[in-house]
Amino acid sequence: MRSTANDMLLPVAAIVAALLLFGVFVWFADVSPLDVWVTLFKGAFGDWFSWQNTLQRAAPLMLTALCVALPARAGLIIIGGEGALVLGGLACAVLPSVLPLPANLLGTVLVCAAGAAAGAVWVMLAGWLRQSRGINETISSLLLAYIAIGLFKHVVEGPLRDPASLGKPSTQALAEGLRIGSMGSSDVHWGLLLGLLACIALGLWLRWTATGFAMRVVGGNLRTAQLVGLPATRLILGACAIGGAGAGLAGAVEVAAVHNSANASLIAGYGYAGILVSFIARHHPIAIIPVAVLFGGFGAAGSLLQRRLGLPDASVMVLQGIAFVLILASEALRDTEWRRLLKRLRGPAEVSPAQLAMGDKIA
Amino acid sequence: MSLNKPNRRESLKTLAAFGAAGAMGGWSGLALAQKPLTVGVIYVGPRDDYGYNQAQAQAALEIKKLPGIKVVEEENVPETAAVQKTMTGMIAQDGASLLFPTSYGYFDPHILALAPKHPKVRFAHCGGLWTEGKHPTNVGSFFGYIEECQYLNGVIAGHMSKSGKIAFVAAKPIPQVLRNINAFTMGARSVKPGITCSVIFTGDWSMAVKEAEATNSLADQGCDVFTMHVDGPKVIVETAAKRDKMVCGYHASQAKLAPNAYLTGAEWNWLTAYKTMIEAAQSGKPHPNFLRGGLKEGYVKMSPYGAMVSDAAKKKADGIKAGMIAGTFDIFKGPLKDNKGNVVIAAGKTFKQTDIELEKMNYLVEGVVGSF
Repeated sequence: MRSTANDMLLPVAAIVAALLLFGVFVWFADVSPLDVWVTLFKGAFGDWFSWQNTLQRAAPLMLTALCVALPARAGLIIIGGEGALVLGGLACAVLPSVLPLPANLLGTVLVCAAGAAAGAVWVMLAGWLRQSRGINETISSLLLAYIAIGLFKHVVEGPLRDPASLGKPSTQALAEGLRIGSMGSSDVHWGLLLGLLACIALGLWLRWTATGFAMRVVGGNLRTAQLVGLPATRLILGACAIGGAGAGLAGAVEVAAVHNSANASLIAGYGYAGILVSFIARHHPIAIIPVAVLFGGFGAAGSLLQRRLGLPDASVMVLQGIAFVLILASEALRDTEWRRLLKRLRGPAEVSPAQLAMGDKIA
Repeated sequence: MSLNKPNRRESLKTLAAFGAAGAMGGWSGLALAQKPLTVGVIYVGPRDDYGYNQAQAQAALEIKKLPGIKVVEEENVPETAAVQKTMTGMIAQDGASLLFPTSYGYFDPHILALAPKHPKVRFAHCGGLWTEGKHPTNVGSFFGYIEECQYLNGVIAGHMSKSGKIAFVAAKPIPQVLRNINAFTMGARSVKPGITCSVIFTGDWSMAVKEAEATNSLADQGCDVFTMHVDGPKVIVETAAKRDKMVCGYHASQAKLAPNAYLTGAEWNWLTAYKTMIEAAQSGKPHPNFLRGGLKEGYVKMSPYGAMVSDAAKKKADGIKAGMIAGTFDIFKGPLKDNKGNVVIAAGKTFKQTDIELEKMNYLVEGVVGSF
């Protein structure tokens, strides 16, 4: 209980501090901090429209963050999710031209599965290089992402280009029936639900199943895992495959729900943003959900901030930067014994109401 | 969930600001009486990129000064679901009824997905090929025949080049870019037929490092006049100037970046298209669906000549420019060969700028060194 409170309060406090600091920052730029805070809130969570905006932006990040989180729990730092994403999108767009697909839900499931499979294979490649050849997976996954993007561009602008796509080289568009629509009356596509389900399912799996536990043991201490006879390589490759499938699925959803075809707009940095999301969420699949929503919220709020207050796009990057640095820095306070600290402070010096309030919450 | 708490708390703290917003309500009511037109402008990159986005932002800056117009802007909007959210946000949150989503990639699928859902909003897209019967009527596209200016760039480059080698740094081999490369080369070769133009494709619209590498590599090969077709020409202009080479600009004027190297440049003049779209919206006329124009219509313009440009070069270029404006000069006419020796335009055949055939260009003309 106590550690959960700590887990939640620390990032929340860090975000509040970031907002305060950002207020000072914009104040120097002659913009009222009050206006900025109100606009940020309105843009991200102010009404139903803003919520949809936020959730739509969060959807792909949940899946790409899993591409970092899962391998990380097995002890690998994979940062090449972007490559798995673009290849997933490509596989999704290309499958209908190699295989006649029914233009219904089954077809949609198949194109998404193709995307997930492509992503899984790509990230497994990095895992395999590490397990069999001892190649650092961080570097190899990043380089593989560059290769994937190169391959993607070559194929989309070359052999698989739809001749009708003049100014923006793209593959043939997906048939209407294969596309993913939006949920109910909202604007948000079903990719959000896929992301939510994947995060929750993988979170539960890691926490409650024997294989999930085994994977965490591998990530925690490889030697121990090997000593107790866990199939470390299989588990590591499995983690890479699941993570890669997440990013590949993100690419497939982007194609089927947003772009209709594979083209360079798919390379929008979702894979790289997922790295940040996963690290902030401490590689916890369930924690990825609120972090991705927060990320989406920054995007949505930044949009309104530009339109209402005329602030440059970079200002939201500044806020995001401050927030994430503070969240990561707050990790250092994780093991602080708040009560003992308070008692020591209470002795000679006066206690501020803020500290008291903090103490109450922890207790 | 817990993450939203601080925001709510912040909002309580700042209830006072809502009071202020209420006071603003009075102002907006007053403005509503005059029915201002809210115009949304969306850029794919930064507004101050010395290039594509800056050219659009310059027009937006001008229309802000018009009476009865309110402009909302957003920069760095990727061609993803994000731009759909920005467009719906401008419509729902800012009350915009005319949108200028300026990047080519915004058209299909993003504008085409939103336009039917918002039939009262006008979408004015830059670069798209609006087609009657295929695309919604509340969507329109505008573009300019900027290769006229690239041809004139070429004429100046042909006069100024000492090595007989000129250079073009390009993003992607799409028809629009090929048209510019070909026009630039043909302009230069109209002065000295032996000139060759080396082209390097960087592969994408904004690749600062590759653009610098391409510029350096072309400079090493002896090219002495540079032009380009990338989103932000800043890096190429500065790199070329550093190597003591000359530059013809693109999109907007980069003269400020390299006053001693900048010969002239091909610039957009989007104000013409913006004004046409806005006037139609204000007077309730049908949305102009297809606007195209060149030097004559005021869609494009040339940067003022740099001090080093010779009088002979100026005279030649100005003469051709007058011909273009009068409609007596055509760039793409037969006989024309590509750089592999095939005849691409037969003798006696002339394409007018308006010919849709030119928007499908897929070759590099004779004199271009490079391939795609």
